[in-house]
Amino acid sequence: MTKKFWRQGEPFVWATGLALSLILFLTLLLFYVVLANGLAVFWPKKVALATLQDGRSLLGEIVQEETIPHNEKKRLQFKIGNRDLYGLDFKWVDASEITSLTYPKDVHVLERQEYGNFYGYLSEFEVKGIAPPVSGSNSLAQTIGALEDRKVEVHLLGKKIANLNRRVELIDHHLAKARYNKEENTPALAAMQGEKQGLKTEFEALVSILGEKSAALATNQAIFTDANGQPKAIALPNIVRAYQPNNMSFFAKCAYYLERLRELFFDEPRESNTEGGLFPAIFGTVMLIFLMSILSFPLGVLAGIYLREYAKDGWLVKMVRIAVNNLAGIPSIVYGIFGLGFFVYGIGGGIDQLFFPERLPTPTFGTGGILWTSLTLGLLTVPVVIVATEEALGSIPPGIREGSQALAATKLQTLTRILLPMASPGILTGFILAMARAAGEVAPLMITGVVKLAPALPLDGVFPFLHLDRKFMHLGFHIYDIGFQSPNVEAAKPMVYVTTLLLILIVLAMTSTAIYLRNKMRQRHSVVDV
Amino acid sequence: MSTTDTAIIRIDNPQVEVENLNLYYGASQALKDLTFGIPGHQVTALIGPSGCGKSTLIRCINRMNDLVDGLRIEGAITINGENINDPALDVIELRRKVGMVFQKWNPFPKSIYENIVYGLRIAGIQDKTVLDEAAEKCLKRAALWDEVKDRLHQSAMGLSGGQMQRLCIARAIAVSPEIILMDEPCSALDPRSTSRIEDLIRELRGEYTIIIVTHNMQQAARISDYTAYMYLGELIEYGPTQTLFTMPEKKETEDYITGRFG
Ligand SMILES: Nc1ncnc2c1ncn2[C@@H]1O[C@H](COP(=O)(O)OP(=O)(O)OP(=O)(O)O)[C@@H](O)[C@H]1O
Ligand SMILES: [Mg+2]
Repeated sequence: MTKKFWRQGEPFVWATGLALSLILFLTLLLFYVVLANGLAVFWPKKVALATLQDGRSLLGEIVQEETIPHNEKKRLQFKIGNRDLYGLDFKWVDASEITSLTYPKDVHVLERQEYGNFYGYLSEFEVKGIAPPVSGSNSLAQTIGALEDRKVEVHLLGKKIANLNRRVELIDHHLAKARYNKEENTPALAAMQGEKQGLKTEFEALVSILGEKSAALATNQAIFTDANGQPKAIALPNIVRAYQPNNMSFFAKCAYYLERLRELFFDEPRESNTEGGLFPAIFGTVMLIFLMSILSFPLGVLAGIYLREYAKDGWLVKMVRIAVNNLAGIPSIVYGIFGLGFFVYGIGGGIDQLFFPERLPTPTFGTGGILWTSLTLGLLTVPVVIVATEEALGSIPPGIREGSQALAATKLQTLTRILLPMASPGILTGFILAMARAAGEVAPLMITGVVKLAPALPLDGVFPFLHLDRKFMHLGFHIYDIGFQSPNVEAAKPMVYVTTLLLILIVLAMTSTAIYLRNKMRQRHSVVDV
Repeated sequence: MSTTDTAIIRIDNPQVEVENLNLYYGASQALKDLTFGIPGHQVTALIGPSGCGKSTLIRCINRMNDLVDGLRIEGAITINGENINDPALDVIELRRKVGMVFQKWNPFPKSIYENIVYGLRIAGIQDKTVLDEAAEKCLKRAALWDEVKDRLHQSAMGLSGGQMQRLCIARAIAVSPEIILMDEPCSALDPRSTSRIEDLIRELRGEYTIIIVTHNMQQAARISDYTAYMYLGELIEYGPTQTLFTMPEKKETEDYITGRFG
């Protein structure tokens, strides 16, 4: 009986099934954790008012509950916010200390430009230059709304100043170049000097206007009180968003959720990245994958074609093949170091010596930037593309090649009209795998051009529009940065989940698109059974 | 040796002439001093046991062997008086003149229409009406038109094996070659498809010079005008099919065609 059991390979079948279920379980667990935590972040949570035994009270969102095993005591963690008042955002309270727990309807939650959330009650307004606020449940929202135009004005002014700054910088570059080339007293130079002077005056005028306007704006404030009645004046323009979670209908909560999503996708981060949007990081991630693909895909395919179709089989080709296969196994940090040494310092430094000597020692290309990061990642993916191309070409039945050549096609015609279309699904499969790996890679980015906060996107409206020398932000690095490097890790936790979810979704979206394209191609060029 | 053999007839005005052809795969010799002529506009069959060099010989005629590493050829093959082993010869031109159909059908994973016009497109023809006409003509010639006329633009991969092989023949004749080489075109087909292809070969005969390799004695007898019997890289006997099958000169030939061989 047992003998038969072993002979039929029953245990082996179990082992295979078990292995698969284990992998599936872990993957699903990962997805569940990320989804459950990431999706809930933006849903407005109720704010509890806890009255303690010593007569004091506190306001905050209940983040978690736990029971300490050895004395069976329950304790609750509150997010109490008000960092400018208390210094800490989070507080543990023993359940036994709490005498009552209520959810007052008139609690306000303020998302602020600095110091994180504020939880408290509205007591009075001090406003100038706008219609005095009416009292009522949404007076705060109305008053903030009335300031919106002026806030936008200040924001645009800031942008204008940044643009002026960049133009001045550009002129400075030209001037430095002229100085380096020993040009003096040319009319062009004088014109540039004049323009710079003009820009500078304009700049200073705008800065002082901006100062006045924002100061005037900041005098509009509201006085709030915290759970214990301590007053706190908060400038209205500092409030990003105000809401009353205990008094919101389901639809209001949905609207709030959507608004937060919009902010996530289209706004810039605040508060050392732990709040606000992720737009620059999303943009950087997608652009990096694009650049990396544009650089590595053609290179890998061409190299693969050469290896399979043109190189004479010999020991040299064998060595190259082994080397290429092994390249795929090198840790990514090693690629990063190579990228730093070769691309950034070597090529970038060389470019600076040749084309931007006047700016030295300030590097232009000789420092991390999105171009070097893309090249480094491209290097990381290229072996996979080469191997995939070789294998895809190699798996085409020889009869197909002969059939084409017997019809008087040249080798190149056979390649472009028959072989490559047939190999493309296989090539794309390899490329998709490589792309997915590269998209989630962080280590090599950290030393070749990613930064915590980039002042400008690598693609914008300033000539020459595509700034490949610029540093950029990336979701993967963002996770590491806010999750493990920020001073307030606890407060950043929700953002870590959201960022993780977003990164997974972006990689998923890009690979799904690639898979969709590949499948369409596969339908058109399905290979014979043979 | 075999040049003086009475078992090998001389052909007047041959279209393809093989002279003292020796072929080596590395160190091993696959064709041994072949000399014979193939008449134009007739069907010539190559028969012989497996591994005797039939495919190797037929692939010399359109220089398909160029693709093989370590292959060496001595001697000459002339087509219409031109030596095709001349290194200066344009192989593309040659292959336009000499088409080929393989043992295992090999349609491209494209539509039926694109398969037919592939050779024409390669030759640089882009005019849609020309291509359409050629496609229709060749499919009719290959007796495939009625079966596929409603799905010209569907994948050729959906055809049956016999249909695919006829498509490959149609594809070969689309570029109007003078000579068509067929390497066991029916060996993977059922009897019905085989007889359709045989009908087709009979149809094409007269218009094209056809050189066909076959393992099927009856087939050679049915469709060919001349038959060559090869053994271990040598040409043993060559003559009109009628004569070779009824009164073979050589004992080996007789043994082989009567099935007493091996
Ligand atoms: N690419 C090659 N490299 C080395 N030897 C080869 C190669 N192709 C064929 N041969 C050898 O040459 C000889 C002739 O082969 P060929 O394929 O021409 O035989 P064939 O008559 O077509 O046989 P079959 O009837 O089985 O198709 C055989 O001994 C074969 O092993
Ligand atoms: Mg053969």
